[in-house]
Amino acid sequence: MSTAAAKPIANTRSATGIPSAKLITWWVIASEIVIFGGLLVIYIMHRLGHPEWGAEAAHTNTLAGALNTFVLLTSSLCAVLAHKAADAHDGPRAAKLLRFTALGGLIFLCIKGFEWTTDIHEGFVLSSGGFWSYYYTIAGLHGLHVLAGMIIMLIVAADAAKNQELQRVECIGLYWHFVDIVWIFLFPLLYIAR
Amino acid sequence: MQYLFTGMAMALIGGFLAYVFRMQLGFPNQHVPGFGLVTPGKYNALVTMHGSIMIFWVAMPILIAAFGNFLIPLMIGADDMAFPRINRLSYQIFLLSALVLLASFLVKGGAFGGAWTSYPPLSAKGAYNLTPIGASLWLVAVALEFVAFLLGGINFTVTTMNSRAPGMKMYDIPMVIWMIVLASIIFMASAGPLIAGAVMLLFDQTMATGFYDPNRGGDPLLWEHLFWFFGHPEVYVVLLPAMGIVAEILAVFARKKLFGYKTMLYTAWATGVLSFVVWAHHQFVAGIDPRMANIFSVTTLLISIPIAEMVFLYIATLYGGSIRLKTPMLWALAFIAEFLIGGVTGIFLGASGTDIYLHDTYFVIAHFHYTFVPIAIISVFAGITFWYPKMFGRMLNDTLGKIHFWGTVIAFNVIFIPLFITGAAGDQRRVYSYSQFQEQMVPALRHLRTTSTVALLVMLSFQVFFLINFFWSLRHGERAVANPWKSTTLEWTVPSPPPHGNFAELPTVYRGAYEYGLPGRDTDYWPQDAPN
Repeated sequence: MSTAAAKPIANTRSATGIPSAKLITWWVIASEIVIFGGLLVIYIMHRLGHPEWGAEAAHTNTLAGALNTFVLLTSSLCAVLAHKAADAHDGPRAAKLLRFTALGGLIFLCIKGFEWTTDIHEGFVLSSGGFWSYYYTIAGLHGLHVLAGMIIMLIVAADAAKNQELQRVECIGLYWHFVDIVWIFLFPLLYIAR
Repeated sequence: MQYLFTGMAMALIGGFLAYVFRMQLGFPNQHVPGFGLVTPGKYNALVTMHGSIMIFWVAMPILIAAFGNFLIPLMIGADDMAFPRINRLSYQIFLLSALVLLASFLVKGGAFGGAWTSYPPLSAKGAYNLTPIGASLWLVAVALEFVAFLLGGINFTVTTMNSRAPGMKMYDIPMVIWMIVLASIIFMASAGPLIAGAVMLLFDQTMATGFYDPNRGGDPLLWEHLFWFFGHPEVYVVLLPAMGIVAEILAVFARKKLFGYKTMLYTAWATGVLSFVVWAHHQFVAGIDPRMANIFSVTTLLISIPIAEMVFLYIATLYGGSIRLKTPMLWALAFIAEFLIGGVTGIFLGASGTDIYLHDTYFVIAHFHYTFVPIAIISVFAGITFWYPKMFGRMLNDTLGKIHFWGTVIAFNVIFIPLFITGAAGDQRRVYSYSQFQEQMVPALRHLRTTSTVALLVMLSFQVFFLINFFWSLRHGERAVANPWKSTTLEWTVPSPPPHGNFAELPTVYRGAYEYGLPGRDTDYWPQDAPN
């Protein structure tokens, strides 16, 4: 990990008033919005053109999806509390809360794994038809983001525990909320809509 | 620098591919020196790779990444990018993507042969394109390249927003920096859906999904929409930095303030916004609703307005200046002239009526080469000859530079003007040999094709002058002073080449970037960092 002394002056300047770390997080989120946005728009357009996909969507496990929504939202609460702790310069507490957040991500992925195993046993795989192709692609991409977020979060937590790079706690929190919000869109579109 | 040399190496490969398939078109079914016999399958792979390499692995890395990495910290007065390690990661991913692409030449079936636009179902089924592994590698390479430029572009944007020297306000940023940042933002906003679409196509190829298969609830047109929703903004992604480079050079060598700085900036924004609503003009004959075709005709013609306005601003900058015809200036002037031809022929293709006749002919090929060659070749040479002293600390030889300039530009016109004519006469593109089509084998058309091929040989051979000049001057060129062109912007205040950390003492900025030809001052230029 780089220390403050090794950083270029360019990294520490802030002509906009927003710290560079936060600014780059927002730009990353913006580019992610375009990726997920594009994918969701394509899915919605095709879904409208294929009313019969509604019957296939009925096979998804809405209860597991709802439970996952709850898990992810709760983990986001921990991310907010971690930010609050980081603002109070309480690194160890922020690290503990971040690890709780990552645990939420892990539970999310476990439920997802259970769900997909059931789906696959029932014979619904990636190539089973239009709806299932989109279902696995979109939810899979989201799952990868959860996994990536967890890994980064644990790295940030390791630093935060030593009271280093506390500004990163807020950034990873922003990213986590984004992943959360994407799920808020995915859940009704993939599970509930008939 | 790494981007520059990688891009130049890829340009040589892309140029070699063009040589092989132009030889096949000029002298059908004969042995091509240095390659062998061009079979239909090989021909498809050649044109596909030529297009992909020239756009994704030459134009983008040189115009945006190489110039962006070199110029942004220097011109905004910073010691480095805001996130140097993200920058390095971006280059490593880019290099990986280039290697994946080149590796596809070696796999079974050879490199992808489904055109750089990669339309399904041709691209989705190995049984159709006959290059199943090449097709997947192509997609992976393109997706990696996109990720590299997303990372790089976001870093450029944040660096320019946050790391500017004290005193440098928004309207003091040199135009080329604005253009690179705008291009990065346009790229970021357009590439996302295609990254998702590329993954979907990869699933269609390898995991038997049916995203683009109408029999299974998919839609092949979807790919065209995703591709061109990215593909047309992409034109402006590479055009804007090129226009920025030209703007810098024009102001310096006309010794005059850039005319209408703010107007140029606003028109660039307008171009960026409009570029997102023109994409379906690539699909007039693809079966889209004719009412949609009307709308996209109108938006396409609209986008020529801001571009034309920028060209007018260039001409106004030149008007009344004291023009110095050094090599970079020649390239910059050639950019305006040649790009104008590309723009004007675009009007025929943007109108859906004429496009139905001209679609997929050599007229289209000639048109977009008149846009892309000024962008990716002419403006790049302008930029390299202009910033070479700063990059390497030596001057290029002006005489060799001018020989290279005239040889390249004249030959370029002789390649593509005949192709407008053959295209209007009905030469369809993606045909590997016209000897099967008797009505296209009349002597007049055959001679035009041969002319074009010979001109390409001339153009490629003149690149030897550039390579000699480039590498000879690295060691033996005249040593460059800090500010050989007497320019105002910050990169010229540091020694050539810039030391690590760029500035001995980080500068403060007092004024805009184009203060030339001021009455009542000792020198005719007023550097941005001079207090008075």
